[in-house]
Amino acid sequence: MKIRAQFALAFNLDKCIGCHTCSVTCKNVWSNRRGVEYAWFNNVESKPGIGYPKEWERQDKWRGGWVLDHGRLTLRQGGRVRELAGLFANPRMPEITDYYEPFTFDYDHLVNAPLSEAAPTARPLSQIDGQTMDKVTWGPNWEDDLAGPFAARSQDANFADVERAIYADFAHTFHFYLPRMCNHCLNPACVAACPSGALYKREEDGLVLVDQDRCRGWRMCVSACPYKKVYFNWESGKSEKCLGCYPRVESGLPTVCSESCVGRIRYNGIMLYDADAVARAASAPHEKDLYQAHLDLFLDPHDPAVVAQARGDGVPDSWIEAAQHSPIYKLAVVWRVAFPMHAEFRTLPMVWYVPPLSPVQSAMEQGRLPLGADGLFPDVSALRIPLRYLANLLAAGEEAPIAAALKKLIAMRQWQRARHIGTTQDPAILASAGLDAAQAEEMYRYLAIADYADRFVIPTSHQELSREDPRAFQGMNGLHFGNDAGDGTRAPDLFPRRRAPSAEPEFPLAWLPRRKTGDSS
Amino acid sequence: MNVNLLLFGVYPYIAGTVFLVGSLMRYDREQYTWTSYSTQLLGSRRSLTWGSNLWHVGVLFIFLGHFVGLLTPAFQWLHVPPVAHQWIAASAGVTFGLLALIGGLMLLARRLSNSHVRAASHPTDLFILLWLLATLGLGLATQVVTVPNLLAGHVADMEILSRYLKGIVALQPHPELLAHIPWIYRLHLLFGMTLFLVFPFTRLVHIWTVPVNYLWRAYQLVRTRPGIGE
Repeated sequence: MKIRAQFALAFNLDKCIGCHTCSVTCKNVWSNRRGVEYAWFNNVESKPGIGYPKEWERQDKWRGGWVLDHGRLTLRQGGRVRELAGLFANPRMPEITDYYEPFTFDYDHLVNAPLSEAAPTARPLSQIDGQTMDKVTWGPNWEDDLAGPFAARSQDANFADVERAIYADFAHTFHFYLPRMCNHCLNPACVAACPSGALYKREEDGLVLVDQDRCRGWRMCVSACPYKKVYFNWESGKSEKCLGCYPRVESGLPTVCSESCVGRIRYNGIMLYDADAVARAASAPHEKDLYQAHLDLFLDPHDPAVVAQARGDGVPDSWIEAAQHSPIYKLAVVWRVAFPMHAEFRTLPMVWYVPPLSPVQSAMEQGRLPLGADGLFPDVSALRIPLRYLANLLAAGEEAPIAAALKKLIAMRQWQRARHIGTTQDPAILASAGLDAAQAEEMYRYLAIADYADRFVIPTSHQELSREDPRAFQGMNGLHFGNDAGDGTRAPDLFPRRRAPSAEPEFPLAWLPRRKTGDSS
Repeated sequence: MNVNLLLFGVYPYIAGTVFLVGSLMRYDREQYTWTSYSTQLLGSRRSLTWGSNLWHVGVLFIFLGHFVGLLTPAFQWLHVPPVAHQWIAASAGVTFGLLALIGGLMLLARRLSNSHVRAASHPTDLFILLWLLATLGLGLATQVVTVPNLLAGHVADMEILSRYLKGIVALQPHPELLAHIPWIYRLHLLFGMTLFLVFPFTRLVHIWTVPVNYLWRAYQLVRTRPGIGE
């Protein structure tokens, strides 16, 4: 066993109001540059819908993620030789029209147009070639709030085994928001597919990053990621993706999308897991076993044996303590109300989702919601959002864990509702959902109140563990000729010396003769 | 110093030095610009798929053919008679040359006609494609001289060219060998040598980093932070 810590997130879909603040703040910080105008490291989709890029969930089309090939875990887009054979033209690469053509508007014209009878209009301009576009026909959020015809949206892959025609009817329609970002998976397909080895997982916090120096633009990560969360920057010719806001996270701050979430639906925390068991978990023979296999990877941070081993494996004490207070651990492992999206992709994603409840209370009061066998609960399979749909999205088609989670959420609500409107709280309801009063109170605290300190339990990174000399940068960042970060006193150098200890790799050609740090000439 | 010496005795070494030192410097200092600069994202899938595959396969085999046929004694070792050797070279060269030419023209048409690709193109992208196509065209054009010679059983020109190139690589240049070689060969040589000269300043550098080690490396990569004492 080898214990590693993972920075993980959970989203409470029940409270997402689809305001897109997460997407906008993320874009303003990370991707408002030429080459990635079309890229949304975080986006919010309206479900049911085909999403962004179009139909990303359909792996029969995109061939992302992993499959079991005679029991062996293989990339769905093909083995290593097949992968290299696709270097010249990646057969599964999405095109800009699969996302959308990024656009702005000709605002200058509003100001500069000559006097005319009709008011001037700002026509759309492509952000790629600057030319006027006839019409904007697709965007990152084209289906917002169920826009567009149901026939188009019903191509949603999660409708598998659901009688989708019923939901075209206005009376039966359902809707929830699905915020999406990089899942910083435990078994990332993008990393495995990168021929150059530019993508990697950080050992200390598990974030999956693209080394911008090593990326050669082979594009295999873009097609391999089943969530389509690696984007190709057409300006720099390199792949980019969500970086988990690591400069913030290292300082103990939540990611920008989480910090700015007005609905307080996002949770950031640490999970301890057994890194040696990842491949086995991802190779679970049946897709329906994947959720449980994923759960089994997580270790109890309160177990003294786990704590001792984690220390031995180099997890700092402050991280173990954070893992003990992790909101993700509570939601995913203790209460089992959060789930990994599309476990069947076998990447073991680390953004977990609390499924949305349909509008339960008013439906119950109007007597439109049948009660289950116990007579206490509404029948979860009769909720407005089809259970099967949620199971396809969050549990690889397995309905039982989703039903159990929905039941817990309903029980917690009824318990709190009774308290707040002054009727009697019925412990039988909690008991039948597998909860007790203390748990219900704590779930309420985390899910409904969702205080900042409960949502975000983020230990600072331990830079002192990776820097031999914390003052090594002193006098090392003056202005200098070319790409050297020198002290400003040295002459130009064909093969300059990079500043001392840095998390970045040294120059690739370390053997070339270079001046020593601090030399002057 | 005569022009022949300058072009075929000195220029190859200038081009070769810029090629090697330039590549080294760019690799060392400019990793962020070291990429294939793919434009596949920007559309025209069909012409890219066909064009790029034909182009790369054609060019790779042509490069291999030049290297093996002109610089190595592989054919002597295999006891292939010189005329047969040149027939093999000419037919393989024309075959893969035409594949590359078709692919290259498709890529050129795509780059010029797709306004997104055009907008994303660096001037050197277009330049290097045109230059490669010109070199390729000249290479195919040499067959106008080569094939009639072969039909007449003459292989002298090709053997002189081979001797000249071996001399360049062995640092014993004999530019005087080329004095009586048809001009089309010399023009092709000059265009080819110029490719080496401009190589480090274009997207061609991606050739240096063909990711062959992907075939045997582990799927998952985890980077540890540099710890104390590392």
